[in-house]
Amino acid sequence: MAERKTEERSLLTKLSQIDRRILFLLIFACATIPLLLGAGLRMSVTAPVQGLYDAIDGLEAGSYVWLAADYDPGSKPELSPMNYAIVEHLFRKDIKVISGSLWAPAPPLAQAVFDEMAPRHGKQYGVDYVNLGFKEGREAVMVSIAEDLRRTFPEDHSGTPLDSIPMLEGISNLQDVEMIICVSAGYPGIKEWIQQIATRYDTAIGGGVTAVSGPEMYPYIQSGQLVGLLSGMKGAAEYEQLVERPGLGIAGMVAQSSVHVMVVIFIIFANIVYFLEKRRAR
Amino acid sequence: MAISPACARVSLRCLRTACGVRQLSRFLLSFGFVLFLIWFALFHVTSPALASVVLETADRPDDDGTALRLMWRGDLAEGDSLVISRAAYPDTAFSPVATVDAMRAGYTDQGLSRKITYVYKVEAAGGRTVLSEPVSPSASFLNTSRLVMLAILALYFISVLIYIKLAAGGREFFVRRISGLNAMEEAIGRATEMGRPVLYVPGIDDLNNIQTIASMVILGDVARMTASYETPIVVPVCKPFVVPVAEEAVKQGFMNAGRPELYNPDNVRYLSDEQFAFTAGVNGIMLREKTAANIYMGSFFAESLILAETGFSTGAIQIAGTANIHQLPFFVAACDYALIGEELYAASAYLSKEPKLLGTLKASDVAKVIIMVLLTAGCIAESLGLTAFAELFTAR
Amino acid sequence: MRTEIPVAIAFVAGMLMVVSLFVPHPFIAEPAAVMRSWAIIITAFAYVLGVANIARISLHTVKKRTTDWQYKGALVVALVAMAGVGVSRGIQTGGLFDWAYLNMYVPMQATMFSLLAFFIASAAYRAFRARSVEATLLLVVAVVVMLGRVPVGEKLWPGLPAFTEWIMEVPNMAAKRGIMIGAALGAISTGLKMILGIERSYLGSD
Repeated sequence: MAERKTEERSLLTKLSQIDRRILFLLIFACATIPLLLGAGLRMSVTAPVQGLYDAIDGLEAGSYVWLAADYDPGSKPELSPMNYAIVEHLFRKDIKVISGSLWAPAPPLAQAVFDEMAPRHGKQYGVDYVNLGFKEGREAVMVSIAEDLRRTFPEDHSGTPLDSIPMLEGISNLQDVEMIICVSAGYPGIKEWIQQIATRYDTAIGGGVTAVSGPEMYPYIQSGQLVGLLSGMKGAAEYEQLVERPGLGIAGMVAQSSVHVMVVIFIIFANIVYFLEKRRAR
Repeated sequence: MAISPACARVSLRCLRTACGVRQLSRFLLSFGFVLFLIWFALFHVTSPALASVVLETADRPDDDGTALRLMWRGDLAEGDSLVISRAAYPDTAFSPVATVDAMRAGYTDQGLSRKITYVYKVEAAGGRTVLSEPVSPSASFLNTSRLVMLAILALYFISVLIYIKLAAGGREFFVRRISGLNAMEEAIGRATEMGRPVLYVPGIDDLNNIQTIASMVILGDVARMTASYETPIVVPVCKPFVVPVAEEAVKQGFMNAGRPELYNPDNVRYLSDEQFAFTAGVNGIMLREKTAANIYMGSFFAESLILAETGFSTGAIQIAGTANIHQLPFFVAACDYALIGEELYAASAYLSKEPKLLGTLKASDVAKVIIMVLLTAGCIAESLGLTAFAELFTAR
Repeated sequence: MRTEIPVAIAFVAGMLMVVSLFVPHPFIAEPAAVMRSWAIIITAFAYVLGVANIARISLHTVKKRTTDWQYKGALVVALVAMAGVGVSRGIQTGGLFDWAYLNMYVPMQATMFSLLAFFIASAAYRAFRARSVEATLLLVVAVVVMLGRVPVGEKLWPGLPAFTEWIMEVPNMAAKRGIMIGAALGAISTGLKMILGIERSYLGSD
């Protein structure tokens, strides 16, 4: 009897200190199998996502937005689907897009989105959109372009002077754009845009962040400083649903759902083991 | 009747003078008429349809004198658009500025100069035109919309100075116990017992993030403790600008402990500017050098959990602190102790016990009380429908 | 003098930035704008400093053949190769640099980031235990939010996304705002200590 109890206890100890690689393997299976199967899931749209959609939808054709691509390859799988969905909406509405970045690795990622979306919508570089590339200086750059765009970005991503880009004629600073849309993976990102620009000027700010940063942005939505927000891949999926362009966001929803459910199972299982251990110890 | 030559000369001069006056007066008259026509054309010739529209120009308040505000009201229909043109007065060469929806409340023209007087022309469909009075932008000395913010900041600054003065005068302040900071010495002691180094990660942000500066201050104290225990400290750095500051902080800590000879410059290591390359580098240090105490203080992002979980797998005692709220749950879950938000900034005062620094902590408490009172007052005012109170805090 | 001059610079630059928030007149706004431009230029120089630092430390390790020197060697080779390609052949779209960036750098970064999914699972398995009433509450809320943030939660109970949003917008935000205000005050106070030279330990000794 005592032996059986010891065996049970050692089994419970083993389970509570399970080899992490087993958990990793299960998570890997949950993430990859649905992606390989290519299944999609529909969902209801949350208010912050609807807010961004409505704000962009309310812009007049021909108006300008600043699309801040402030992310890197690490967060690309989560944020790129948002960028695609937002650019789809902007191009469909004939809104002129000025893209710039405060993250050094971002310009090629932003360019990849334009390269795919522009031909689909018949948009021309320099007429309908422009990629100004990266500028070091973080918040100082934000404030600087709010005052004088050409002082901060004399040339675009490929070295063309701003004065020879037709769509930028009459655009002297950020105050000439209707909205700032920031797709951000961290610092400097959407929070800094709010702190530096929303407190100084009337320009509307919206955008998307990684799921982990989402909760930090909620106070800004409630205060009205953020017109809308896409949070993580789910946010991207909801936006894809709104613009009726299923992409990587919707495709990733089954995988994300399975991983979340698996983590919940882990938590429940770990707690059962914990309670059994406690009872045995008594 | 004969006319003397002299008289004839005088008469001729008079006649010439009279002609000159007449010419001059005629010239003046015609010039005046042309001026009148220009003035009339500029300011009074408007089409009957737009005559009922009033155009007003005003300086944009609280700015650096580079913008003017145009407002219009009157007989305008939904869907009408207005073409706004601008000229530098008295020049009449108008150049287009913008085309706007007539239903908009107004338009702000930016990028102007304080040294120029401007006149605006607004055209509606069908050639209807209205002109503005000449106006110049002016710069403000104080942004009045930020007065409340300025008052609060001034109050905070004053309270900081008062408490520093009180602290310098010998007044002692109570500071609540912060278990994460108390555990620091215990963690370093444990590393010493195990004969393994201490790892100090100052976040992944540059020096322009105040969290990194706060982290450098804590690093000085941690280095002092490690030096007194004769335990090596490894400081991986993500941003090049942080390297010299981290070197100085560690060196200073070793000097404060009276062990400057133990300082090893190779222990402050710049790994990579790149977030995940840096993370991989720090993980490598943890696994290879088997650090026994891992201290994470500063601004962290997605790497927080990767670092903390790797640290857990090596069995290190882990203490973390960040004001990046979104990373706090990861540190709380994976580390032994976590400093939450303001505790990171309080750490330098807590560890050094320097009266001046403790004084600033007390000033923060005063500011917190003020904010709590304002929040409560704001909640009550908004609930009662008194929006003026909230508007006081709306800065432009 | 070694600390006095940096403290004086910090005071002038810091006060100028604070004052420029309240005084829009060009006599303050213009020097503040110039200072911001300087900040951009100085920050860009940090990259030169970084390359010099990493080259010094790595080459030193390779030369002394200390433990794992091979990794440092690989780092130096990669650094020289990427910089060489960028300088000699340009960074234009479709070029060799762009190719290396998109096909080597991007997947490596994404791999590191994806580790999070695995570590979250192991941390959740280990840390989320119902040890006390507070821990149980945390656990239950975590499960609800995790399910509510994915479409499958909606399939389980249609009201779950709205309930999750309520958790995020009300209790979560109340706590977050408290922490944010406290942290902001801490940041202001640290900034003030730097500007006034009360805190100068980060500058080293005289």
